[in-house]
Amino acid sequence: MSTLTPPRSGKARPLPAPEAPRPPRRFRRSAARSRAALGALYATPTAVMVGLFFLVPLVLVGWMSLHKWPLLGAPTMNMPDNYTRIADNELVESAVWFTVKYTVLMTVLLFAVAFGLALLVQQRRRGVGFLRTAFLLPMAVGFASASLLFLGLLSDEIGPISDLLRKLGVIDGYVSWTSGSSESALGSAMVLVLWRFAGFNMLILLTGLQAIPLEVYEAARIDGASRWQTFRRVTIPLMRPTIALVLTMMITGSLLAFDQFWILTRGGPDNSTTSLVMVIYREAFIRLDLGSAAAISVALLAVLVVFNVIQLGVLRRRS
Amino acid sequence: MTRSSLTSRWSYYITGTALAILFLSPLLWSGWASLRTGTGFGLENYDRLFTSDNGIRVHHVVNSLTVSALTVAGTLLVATLGGYAFGRFRFPGRDLLFLLTLAILMVPYATILIALYVLLGWIGLQDSLIGLSLVLIMFQLPFSIFMMRNSFEAVPRELEESAQVDGCNSVSTLLRIMLPAVKPGLVTVGLFAFLTSWSEFFAPLILLNSTDQFTTTLAVVNMRTASHGSIDYAALEAGVVFMAVPCLLLFAFMQRSYVRGFTSGALKG
Repeated sequence: MSTLTPPRSGKARPLPAPEAPRPPRRFRRSAARSRAALGALYATPTAVMVGLFFLVPLVLVGWMSLHKWPLLGAPTMNMPDNYTRIADNELVESAVWFTVKYTVLMTVLLFAVAFGLALLVQQRRRGVGFLRTAFLLPMAVGFASASLLFLGLLSDEIGPISDLLRKLGVIDGYVSWTSGSSESALGSAMVLVLWRFAGFNMLILLTGLQAIPLEVYEAARIDGASRWQTFRRVTIPLMRPTIALVLTMMITGSLLAFDQFWILTRGGPDNSTTSLVMVIYREAFIRLDLGSAAAISVALLAVLVVFNVIQLGVLRRRS
Repeated sequence: MTRSSLTSRWSYYITGTALAILFLSPLLWSGWASLRTGTGFGLENYDRLFTSDNGIRVHHVVNSLTVSALTVAGTLLVATLGGYAFGRFRFPGRDLLFLLTLAILMVPYATILIALYVLLGWIGLQDSLIGLSLVLIMFQLPFSIFMMRNSFEAVPRELEESAQVDGCNSVSTLLRIMLPAVKPGLVTVGLFAFLTSWSEFFAPLILLNSTDQFTTTLAVVNMRTASHGSIDYAALEAGVVFMAVPCLLLFAFMQRSYVRGFTSGALKG
């Protein structure tokens, strides 16, 4: 805030008396200056919060990644060790592959379902409000609670799913959905995420769909375009920024997957559903090696920043 | 009405109803499962939720309420002042600070929480509800500052100027004239801050160590992780319902601002 004084005027002058016939420019400038000071004052809490709890930790995580940093005790510099050890860490390797696989599958499926729902509830018809609310309601349940809900729902003890499928003859005997096999554990987590997040993504796609002017559709109809042609040539191109946004959020969210695996599958069976963020947690609070956790965080952060920059590029090209 | 439009209407209603049932059934099931007991229906599962060794205690609920209250109050305070500054004033560094605030969106939770854990230890806020709330406030800032800036920008300038002509100073203009005008924004920001802080799991998991400081979410999840072997699923579902009911009620009453909030925030953030 000390940089507020413009260089030319030197020291702040006393406010000119209103009745004195002064040149209006100087009066305006000094009023603007005090208004700027006031604005900066109002912005101070934001600046403190952003500086202390965002910028400092951002630098700190980089600094920590260069050190052997035990949970208790003094840190010592071990420059590239934390990074080189990432390559040797087998759990990191399997977690990277699992996280990438999960991200690809989840993004494709979630996008398809969310877009389908958005198209379904796009037009104003009777009952559409009820449908939108029904798809959105899972969003009100916290993600951790939703994971616990599914843990019970999929359990053999109180859950209805296994009973239902047994009656239908799809399965026989006991099946453990969340820890039986790596495929069923992954599938359980994906169904959970679909249930919880489809409505949210539907809503964002819906606002994108509704931003397309009706005249464009009318023009397409007059030109004799079929429904599919209209969808491919009008809807999809005009939706590009929204689609880019939704896809980036899905990819970022999936790369950071934690709650669903921590709670629902506990990373198992045999670490087959251990995500990268679970590895970060494990390195820090189970193996008590904060430096190594910081190094993985920095690597993950770098990937995410690249994704976000690409997204911004796509969005900006449009506008 | 032509035959094809009739068919498409029927297929719309059948698909819609089937999907609505699919989406609502887990919620309804958890309510049902939390009430079902060995002999019929009752509150036994809730009783076990609050009394069994691994269950939740009153102080967990108090912790959750404390964190939510601090987060909502702090977010509203910082975002109101910041939104006013960004929406109505020009000052050096304004654009940079706004950009930095939005950049929080680009750096997700999981990657800096390790550093926040160390940082809170340095300033004596490790394992404290205040420290957790400060972190949650910071993560709320991109959305809430953006929301409040837009709200303040939408207020006509004449309103503010006429208040100043009438002799209001800046603070009383903000309190008496501007705040009532941006109330819808404040409601949305507050609602979001509450829903996030009430059900947040990862940040408390990392920043809180002692079970005395646990929030309800942590305590309920702990019922699963602390139990070796058998899990009391019925009590777990009671916990899920207990956590979800306040959010569902708020959602039902304020669906409009909830929906408007996260679309406007998400689309431009």
